[in-house]
Amino acid sequence: MSGPSGPVPTVVIVDDHGLFRSGVRSELGDRVNVVGEAEDVEPAISLISRILPDVVLLDVHLPGGGGQLVVGAVKASHPEVRFLALSASDAPEDVIAVIRSGARGYVTKTISGADLVDAVLRVAAGDAVFSPRLAGFVLDAFAALPEADLAAGEGVAGGRVSFDPELDQLTTREREVLRLIARGYTYKEIAREFTISSRTVETHVSSVLRKLQLSTRHQLTRWATERRLI
Amino acid sequence: MRGPRSDGPWRRGGEDRLIGGVAVGLAGRTGLDVTVVRVGLVLATLVTFGYAAIGYVVAWLVLPVAGSDESIAHKAKSDRRGIALAVGLGTLLIVLVAIASAVGAGWLSAVEWPLVICTAGIVLIWRNGTAEEQETMRHLAEPLVGLTGGGRRPRLVWRLAVAFVLFLAGTGILVSGHESIKMLAPLGGGVLVLAAIAIVLGPWWLGIARDLVAERRARIRAEERADMAARVHDSVLQTLAMIQRRADQPQQVIQLARAQERELRSWLFDGRAPGSMDTEMTLSAGVRQIQQEVEAQHGMTVEAVTVGDCELDDDLGALLEAAREATVNAAKWSGADVVSLFAEVEPGEVSMFVRDRGKGFDPEAVPADRKGLAESIHARMTRRGGEASIRSAVGQGTEVSLTMPRAAGNAGNAGNAGKRPPGRS
Repeated sequence: MSGPSGPVPTVVIVDDHGLFRSGVRSELGDRVNVVGEAEDVEPAISLISRILPDVVLLDVHLPGGGGQLVVGAVKASHPEVRFLALSASDAPEDVIAVIRSGARGYVTKTISGADLVDAVLRVAAGDAVFSPRLAGFVLDAFAALPEADLAAGEGVAGGRVSFDPELDQLTTREREVLRLIARGYTYKEIAREFTISSRTVETHVSSVLRKLQLSTRHQLTRWATERRLI
Repeated sequence: MRGPRSDGPWRRGGEDRLIGGVAVGLAGRTGLDVTVVRVGLVLATLVTFGYAAIGYVVAWLVLPVAGSDESIAHKAKSDRRGIALAVGLGTLLIVLVAIASAVGAGWLSAVEWPLVICTAGIVLIWRNGTAEEQETMRHLAEPLVGLTGGGRRPRLVWRLAVAFVLFLAGTGILVSGHESIKMLAPLGGGVLVLAAIAIVLGPWWLGIARDLVAERRARIRAEERADMAARVHDSVLQTLAMIQRRADQPQQVIQLARAQERELRSWLFDGRAPGSMDTEMTLSAGVRQIQQEVEAQHGMTVEAVTVGDCELDDDLGALLEAAREATVNAAKWSGADVVSLFAEVEPGEVSMFVRDRGKGFDPEAVPADRKGLAESIHARMTRRGGEASIRSAVGQGTEVSLTMPRAAGNAGNAGNAGKRPPGRS
């Protein structure tokens, strides 16, 4: 799963806690090359635009605003830079916002060093990384949707037929994969469970990520704002 | 007073008793009202010239009080001095009755044996009963002590005088009525004797009844206070501890505080008790609670993920209990650092998965102590129509899958969306 033993990816860590940054740096060891650190939105944007690392480890919550500001600003000029979001507390709407702005995955800060390295390598290779929690959020966000859309389709003010089954709905297999991720399975274990290849699992996850980022559903935004109220 | 019939071992009433608690025990056993039983016992004693009282005293001796397994008789067996005292008093009474019959009060011999046996029994009870029972008996004996201790109140003297006259008249009529009033004798004499007893003992009985009510009220109050302390500990104090532990995670602190506020309000204003798995809670709050408890108690990370949400009912409460047990089980046995706890609410059912990547075990060769837990999870689920299955292999971790169908009434309202109304943008 971890990329071929080719070039060691370069990484920038963006987090407002210095202690956490140095902790991550030592955990990542020499399997990745940490080339820089930043502690807030503005310095992060300028640093990343200058260094152009392979992967940015990005805290969801930064003093100067959410992590999605960094992703948005960098992606606009350098779409090739990949982001892996991580946070300690996980307000779903913040996590979803960072993913929708373009991050390739999300892990919690409780993740072990080895798993973190694995996740960084996977993002560097262009894959998506879903933690159990993100899988749960996504299942939740996409869950009630089809019925809700069909129900709302007629009675609501005309013109709003934004429902695109291609983007707004998960396939059964995608759902099953997300469920297993949420239950704590690794990609390898999921592959064994369904007797498919790990590669196929990654394809499913990437497809979910794409839907999450491209879906124009109003519901996705609405879901996020409503989550905040509960 | 009427209690549900109990089928357990026969016990005397401990708390609502008037004398020995036999009537309470009998009422609990037969399902009759305790007052009916008491009146019945008194009547039976009168009709049988006291022989029924023997039954009462014997029951008092041999029946353990509620909540205990040892009867007074059991203790009395080894109380040699008590037995000697009882036998001595009994013999003394027999002699006294013999003397009394000799001087003309022959009617006394009719109640001779009940008197002797009851006195002996009460001596044994007095010597071997618990402190509580001795207190009750002292209380009951108070007026007799009061009589010998001199009239504290002038009214007592009057009452005694009137009662004495009535008693003399009554017994006089009873034992030696003139031919012309012979037919009325049993009735009139009996009434007078009863009136005498009522005058002497009435106020004291009233006092006892009042004390009993006051005592019961005080006990209820004390119980309520203890109950409240327990609930506050289980809910508010626990939450405060959690909040301190999670001070760096504002989102969780807010959720904790909100959940606690809701629980406290429903307790204070709606009278709903905050149980650990309160049906007022939602499923996701329950999952969070399991996560917090296990993390706090076992120091391991619980990766909890919930998809959808719904209100709890008894079935889902059982599901959560089973999941909690599975999680605690994993924390104790697996040796893993992380347990994954996943819950998904679907329109027709709620499923939960508890997974660890620890030691695992061979389901075919389960150690007895683990099997017990597995079975209790299983039983808990199947009792309510759910299902539980456990998948494990040595070295490959363990996964417990739990599925509970949702009650028809709840299935419609929530689906995956929990409290959120169906979409309309």
